[in-house]
Amino acid sequence: MSISTSPDNLPSAVEILEPSPAALLRRRAFKHYGFIIGGAVLAFIVLMALTAPILAPYDPYDQELTERFIPPIWHAKGDWAHPLGTDFYGRDYLSRTMYGAQVSLLIGFTAMLISGVIGTALGVAAGYFGGKVDMVITFIITTRLAMPVILVALVVVALIGGSMSVVIWVLGLLIWDRFAVVMRSTTQQIRNLDYIAAAEAAGCSIIRLLLTEVMPNVVNALIVIATLEIAHAILLEAALSFLGLGVQPPTPSWGLMVSEGKGHMFFKPWVISIPGFALFALVLCINLLGDGIRDITAPENRN
Amino acid sequence: MLFYTLKRFGVALLVLVTVSLVTFTLLRLSGDPAAAMAGESATEEDIEYVRKHYGFDKPLPVQYWAWATKALHGDFGRSVYLKRPVAQIVAEKAPVTMMLGACSLLFALMLSIPLGVLAAMRPNTITDRTALTIAVIGQAFPSFFFALILILIFGVNLRLLPITGNDTWLHFILPSIALGYYATPAIMRMTRAGMLDVLGSDYIRTAKAKGLRPPVVLFKHALRNAIIPVVSLSAVQLGFMLGGSIVIETIFSLHGIGRLAWQSIQRSDFEMMQAIVLTVACFYIVLTFLADVLNAFLDPKIRVH
Repeated sequence: MSISTSPDNLPSAVEILEPSPAALLRRRAFKHYGFIIGGAVLAFIVLMALTAPILAPYDPYDQELTERFIPPIWHAKGDWAHPLGTDFYGRDYLSRTMYGAQVSLLIGFTAMLISGVIGTALGVAAGYFGGKVDMVITFIITTRLAMPVILVALVVVALIGGSMSVVIWVLGLLIWDRFAVVMRSTTQQIRNLDYIAAAEAAGCSIIRLLLTEVMPNVVNALIVIATLEIAHAILLEAALSFLGLGVQPPTPSWGLMVSEGKGHMFFKPWVISIPGFALFALVLCINLLGDGIRDITAPENRN
Repeated sequence: MLFYTLKRFGVALLVLVTVSLVTFTLLRLSGDPAAAMAGESATEEDIEYVRKHYGFDKPLPVQYWAWATKALHGDFGRSVYLKRPVAQIVAEKAPVTMMLGACSLLFALMLSIPLGVLAAMRPNTITDRTALTIAVIGQAFPSFFFALILILIFGVNLRLLPITGNDTWLHFILPSIALGYYATPAIMRMTRAGMLDVLGSDYIRTAKAKGLRPPVVLFKHALRNAIIPVVSLSAVQLGFMLGGSIVIETIFSLHGIGRLAWQSIQRSDFEMMQAIVLTVACFYIVLTFLADVLNAFLDPKIRVH
């Protein structure tokens, strides 16, 4: 057998040269600055949260009343013993900020999981079944949107009593609206494609059809919403804790740290700026990552 | 148009009733309202008395019916702390919150529409990126932290603006910036998308080909059409801002509904909390209803569906 140079073999050569979908996705990801910066900063914050028990120089609850309000190192009177200074009770701010990342990430992620399950179930059901089901679910979404999130969350947390798990559940049960809205429209687009009709004709059960045919095709949109909702939940938790009706002291939550520091902010601005900017950086990089994932996975950018 | 308006009105009413039902149930299932109202030092008998007096011992549907019939007559109960009808207090505080909402929306529009137009005029350039960055930062800045920074810079360091109270219009500047900045990203993105859409259309090419000056094309022909979806988005954002005003009003000591809500929560003023949640929900429902109708009026395609 000689090496053939007939035109029939050319297409296969082209196929070999074409990169795999995964490689294409990687290539687009490395060209997207928002994705890279957001991902890197987020990775740093997650690492900080995970290694807090090992790397944090002090116990975040440890009060040292002789060392109150030591300024951070960029200040003239700063001290390397407390790189980010100390608060009103003499607690080390670096340690509290590191542990605060745990609180924000934990609440953001679990609240997103709860709202994601509720919103996706409602949205996919509305988009797939249409008709009366769609009408009822759309009405439920409209009703939910009419309820002011912060206000309802505050009142409910106040009546039940503030704690981390209460905040997670209240937020999770409230912020599923964007999941539902996006999943509904994404499913509607897929619903009328031929392969769904083929799966129906092949006798697929509805559960199986939804899980194996519909879900894999909405997963990109789902990831984007999930990242944005983590950021949303983190901001809401911070606002609740700031108002004193979220995570309770002495837990190091960034929102609570800003709230505890606001009485001293005129002379010791770092007590609010450190947790405030930490919160800002975390939410910003999660949003950048979410926007990045959307740009990278969007079908119109595939070429 | 009339049929469409009536239909939207019916849906809005239904949403309002459902919200009241959900809020009512939620507040009663979240804790013991009688214990909350009686206070921390109350004895068992006190709590039992409050429970009987306010009818918290009856089944939920009975309670709701009693409350709803009274509410329809404008009676939302009495504040246990201020010893006055709830509806009266809310009506007194509402103008401050509405003023704050209006100023915030004005600020958001003044910032986001020019940014959106600029970004759409030069897509994917430095101008576009800068506008987008401003929007993304707005989304990530916690409103309470932004408010405190504004207080530090403009109120304390520069001593330019008052930071507490609501006596003059100057008092509304900082709170409006803090609250309005959060709505900027959404409005800016929509203005940008709308402008990009319109600028690529045939009639704009025709207008340019006729030799009209670029500003005329941009503002008279393009912006007018691009801004239609922004109108309804603004109404929705205003609704969200009124709901989120609790944080800003608490920080700036504005005597509006948001601060009243926070105080009522501190005082366990149960009927007040319930009325405030409903009032804010009502604002949102009215605003979205108006937005829907206005949208249908501006864009006849919507009416047909």
